[in-house]
Amino acid sequence: TKTRNSVASKVNNLVKRYRKVDEEFFEELEDILIGADVGVTTVMDIVERLKDEARTRNIKDTEALREVIAEVLADMLTKSEEETSLKMNENGLTVYLFVGVNGVGKTTTIGKLANRFKNEGKKVLLAAGDTFRAGAIEQLEIWGERAGVDVIKHQEGSDPAAVVFDAVAAAKSRGVDILICDTAGRLQNKVNLMKELEKVKRVISRELPDAPHEVLLALDATTGQNALSQAKTFGEATDVTGIVLTKLDGTAKGGIVFAIRNELDLPVKLVTLGEGIDDIQPFDADAFVYGLFGD
Amino acid sequence: MAFENLADRLQATFKKIRGKGKVSEADVKEMTREIRLALLEADVNFKVVKDFINRVKERAIGQEVLKSLTPGQQVIKVVQDELTELMGGEQSKITLASKPPTVIMLVGLQGAGKTTTTGKLANYLRKQYNKNPLLVAADVYRPAAIKQLQTLGKQLSMPVFSLGEQANPVDIAKQGLEQAKADHNDVVFIDTAGRLHIDENMMEELQNIEAAIKPDEIFLVVDAMTGQDAVNVAENFSERLDLTGVVLTKLDGDTRGGAALSVKAVTGKPIKFAATGEKLDALEPFYPDRMASRILGMGDVLTLIEKA
Ligand SMILES: Nc1nc2c(ncn2[C@@H]2O[C@H](COP(=O)(O)OP(=O)(O)OP(=O)(O)O)[C@@H](O)[C@H]2O)c(=O)[nH]1
Ligand SMILES: Nc1nc2c(ncn2[C@@H]2O[C@H](COP(=O)(O)OP(=O)(O)OP(=O)(O)O)[C@@H](O)[C@H]2O)c(=O)[nH]1
Ligand SMILES: [Mg+2]
Ligand SMILES: [Mg+2]
Repeated sequence: TKTRNSVASKVNNLVKRYRKVDEEFFEELEDILIGADVGVTTVMDIVERLKDEARTRNIKDTEALREVIAEVLADMLTKSEEETSLKMNENGLTVYLFVGVNGVGKTTTIGKLANRFKNEGKKVLLAAGDTFRAGAIEQLEIWGERAGVDVIKHQEGSDPAAVVFDAVAAAKSRGVDILICDTAGRLQNKVNLMKELEKVKRVISRELPDAPHEVLLALDATTGQNALSQAKTFGEATDVTGIVLTKLDGTAKGGIVFAIRNELDLPVKLVTLGEGIDDIQPFDADAFVYGLFGD
Repeated sequence: MAFENLADRLQATFKKIRGKGKVSEADVKEMTREIRLALLEADVNFKVVKDFINRVKERAIGQEVLKSLTPGQQVIKVVQDELTELMGGEQSKITLASKPPTVIMLVGLQGAGKTTTTGKLANYLRKQYNKNPLLVAADVYRPAAIKQLQTLGKQLSMPVFSLGEQANPVDIAKQGLEQAKADHNDVVFIDTAGRLHIDENMMEELQNIEAAIKPDEIFLVVDAMTGQDAVNVAENFSERLDLTGVVLTKLDGDTRGGAALSVKAVTGKPIKFAATGEKLDALEPFYPDRMASRILGMGDVLTLIEKA
């Protein structure tokens, strides 16, 4: 594809400096990937894979390996279209639950998604499940206004499970298509807070079988190796179904999703690229790999 | 992952050497490789790692170390010392203006923890130094940012200055400072909006605020989970502003926090505080030696060495 060619061109500089596919070439490639937060273990896996390809295809000069690098990397992140799109309940209410550590962009992403679905003609409802952080409810309400959708809320300090319970009931009675639940940011090593999250999810499942249809883990692209621990722990607690990679408009590359894919087989479903209401896109593996080799 | 921390890794390396009774060049290479891996896994920037390895190489694999009875632990001690040194050695304190009010401005990426840290620092200064702070809401962009600071102000029973969301952040900062003088608040905190270090207009806004109110402290607030990009962030903020220190947040998580090293290496500015929770008392002075142990994944290494 076109993007793949451009990815390849980004590796150009590297290719120019090293004509031959040798150890030094791979060391430099390693640095690029490590600098993108891919993580040492995964980088070594990737480089092994590339070395294998080079051997089996008998590739000796870097020029010819260019395409292969782009290919191998993009293929690691994609398996099928279906897998990267958001699951929908064809006959009735669809529920999405957002989880993640503090400040990664959960609430903002919910606002953007609500707006997108609303524009597609869907009836959307939001649940203010962050009852803890100062100003969290008001923040979601402002996003609700921007998107033109209602928000179900309780008071600050109340039980998030109760908010979500009410929201599911309201969504059912109002004939809502999509309910999106916000939750408070929490670090994955806080056992009690993770239990609270499990409970929130349990309440949703109890009130609506098959729900939540997606549990989306928001991951800040600026995050380093800790993101893997986040994906593991949130995954165990809430059966995360997909990743939303946020803040890709910065200079961070979000390479840790390779490790997450590699070790936990979790797909990235959405990326966000700014604070504006339209700054959200489906995940495109080719474009993402292209970004890795950016300046 | 075979080894949890550098101590285990180096121990294993040295066991092999012991068996042979002689240290080869390959052994030395393996040692530096282990140190490199440990630092990279802790998110220290790879360029910073390179420089660091070069620096410790000589010292860490000098003859005394290798001849000692516990070479593994000696190497770790050298690495640990160098890391501590690199992060500023001693603990670094907050600067209070000789003529009040002291003006403190917080800057950083989106979601790093600026607003929460503003509340914590204000609380800290009141408790430790008996100060009477004013919080100034200069984030007019993030939805409900002002409300967030007002809520914190209420929790702390501290005044919050705001001109709403339509005002210009530079004006807000200026008028906030005037208000503090009029009300005899001896510390003024300016909570700024999160922004990307590559956002030209937004970075210029910070420079304008700096020029208008001449802060005594400008803290770069950095999320301890930040990866390799920490150097770019720190570099850009530090080029634009006269940063005086860094606050590292979310250290209550299980991140190694290698970004601390990167940020210090790039800005040269001391890390003054560690934030360790969402509550308003979750703030501590930053201790470089503890952070060094954390980055290496071995909180107990000091006691280990003391016993040896
Ligand atoms: N540059 C950029 N900033 C973003 C993006 N998404 C969110 N933000 C900003 O990141 C900050 C945190 O976003 P929130 O949506 O409040 O994050 P959260 O995960 O809900 O945070 P908590 O509820 O406190 O855990 C805000 O300043 C957002 O405007 C993005 O894609 N790019
Ligand atoms: N666990 C933990 N959470 C923290 C810490 N500091 C801040 N937070 C949380 O991180 C999230 C973001 O904090 P804020 O203070 O809103 O960050 P900010 O930098 O002001 O964000 P913007 O104004 O959107 O750029 C919130 O959920 C805070 O509760 C900390 O030290 N530990
Ligand atoms: Mg939120
Ligand atoms: Mg803020």
